[in-house]
Amino acid sequence: MTSNANPALVRLEAVHFAYDERPILRGLDLTIAKGEVVAVMGGSGSGKTTLLGLIGGRLLPQSGAVMVDGKNVPTLKRSELYRLREKLGMLFQLGALFTDLSVFDNIAFPYREQTNLPEPMIRDLVLMKLEAVGLRGAADLMPAQLSGGMARRVALARAVALDPMLMLYDEPFTGLDPISTGIVARLIRRLNDAFGLTSLVVTHDLDSSLKIADRVVVISEGTVYRDMTPEEVRQTDDAFVRQFADGLPDGPVPFHYPAPPFIDQLVGRHEQAS
Amino acid sequence: MNRLLEPLADLGHVVLSALARLGLVGRFFIGILTVLWFPVRRFSLLVREVYFSGFRSLLIVTVSGLFVGMVLAVQGYEVLQRFGSAESLGVLVALSLVRELGPVVTALLFAGRAGSATTAEIGLMQATDQIAAMDMMAINPMARIIAPRFLAAVISVPILACLFISAGIFGSYLVGVQLIGIDEGAFWSQMQASVDFRLDVINGLIKAVVFGVAIGLISVFEGYYAPPTAEGVSSATTRTVVVSSLTVLMLDFGLTVWMFRGLS
Repeated sequence: MTSNANPALVRLEAVHFAYDERPILRGLDLTIAKGEVVAVMGGSGSGKTTLLGLIGGRLLPQSGAVMVDGKNVPTLKRSELYRLREKLGMLFQLGALFTDLSVFDNIAFPYREQTNLPEPMIRDLVLMKLEAVGLRGAADLMPAQLSGGMARRVALARAVALDPMLMLYDEPFTGLDPISTGIVARLIRRLNDAFGLTSLVVTHDLDSSLKIADRVVVISEGTVYRDMTPEEVRQTDDAFVRQFADGLPDGPVPFHYPAPPFIDQLVGRHEQAS
Repeated sequence: MNRLLEPLADLGHVVLSALARLGLVGRFFIGILTVLWFPVRRFSLLVREVYFSGFRSLLIVTVSGLFVGMVLAVQGYEVLQRFGSAESLGVLVALSLVRELGPVVTALLFAGRAGSATTAEIGLMQATDQIAAMDMMAINPMARIIAPRFLAAVISVPILACLFISAGIFGSYLVGVQLIGIDEGAFWSQMQASVDFRLDVINGLIKAVVFGVAIGLISVFEGYYAPPTAEGVSSATTRTVVVSSLTVLMLDFGLTVWMFRGLS
């Protein structure tokens, strides 16, 4: 299900992607409308982060189209890709702050590199972004002095610095305590609505996703397995989605990595030893 | 597979991997050359990198130069006085330093001091997604991160080599003239008469520039392609020092043969 109220900002059509011989995405189709917050979920190695790499143009699909703002990303030249990326923001899993720059300078970085704004104006803009994530008081700290949650919020402020149209979040809640998780989740929704963004959130955290997302997309076997509203996720009987929702160790996503029967291996080892 | 063919297949695999890596280095080098204008235009970036890699290597380079010069004076005097030509000490020291020891030892010191640091820095930036983040901000990391560090090495090594040579000559003066008592006039005038500007000084500088290019390229390449793990960054750093040192020594042999061919 996709929102039809707004035009599509991102559209993936029959995307196939493989790392060497290992297929990750097998004909994936996904549409994200302007203004939406879409959570993408799936098991480890299901291709969630690959999806962000494809949309950002850091990875090239073997086949299929990755349309962002009307442009087919894999066919863009480097200069065209950079022009598109000026309109994208990305929050990396661990923030990816520049460790030799202070919090202030990290957020000022995109302004200084990409614009010709005078320094007093950059200062005001940086302070505004820091105020939006509640860290104006931490402007002079270095990244090493920040907690995980604070670093993620600074990275968020940096990612939205140039007012992107599309925000990509790679596991934004990983390693955060419940309070920080709640803060970051609310910020994602608030920034999306306040700045008129579109957000794609790749995450394992179903609880937080259900609170902030308009849609939850579950990826499995390289394609979209389910595309649901948060309400539908809460009520579904689907075993795969329920395994995620209830955090069950075994189910459609098996606990055991594929292996020969245990007894055969034990017997085999016994025979080898004797 | 036939067991006899296995070593051959392994050898083929090693050769093919080495060629592929060499191709990658070549492509990477061309990539740097295409964005080399960036640190020239953003001069402050270049100054910062020259400060970190060049200026901060000053102490180790000048002190090493001083001691190498002093050792050369002691050893040189010991041999020269046997033939009654102790006054030629200045020439011996100057030619050794300007032609060979200055560029080579400076390059080896630079690879250990600054090249390894550059690799570790870029490797860690890769491992913590800082380079990916920059790329996603539409800022070309080759221009912003790689090119300034490469160019800083190319600029720093010749300057450091000059300082190494100067410190070495001063060290040999201290030992030869002040300590041993060789005639000061003979020491300097013979040096002046025998060291040729084009043949010795310019060739020495050309060597230093070539070594700077080699160390700069190896250190940024190893950092950029370091596996994003603690072990990966650590072995990339080691590789920078080992590969840079061997490359410098091999290049030195090739350049020496080329520069001084026909001289006897």
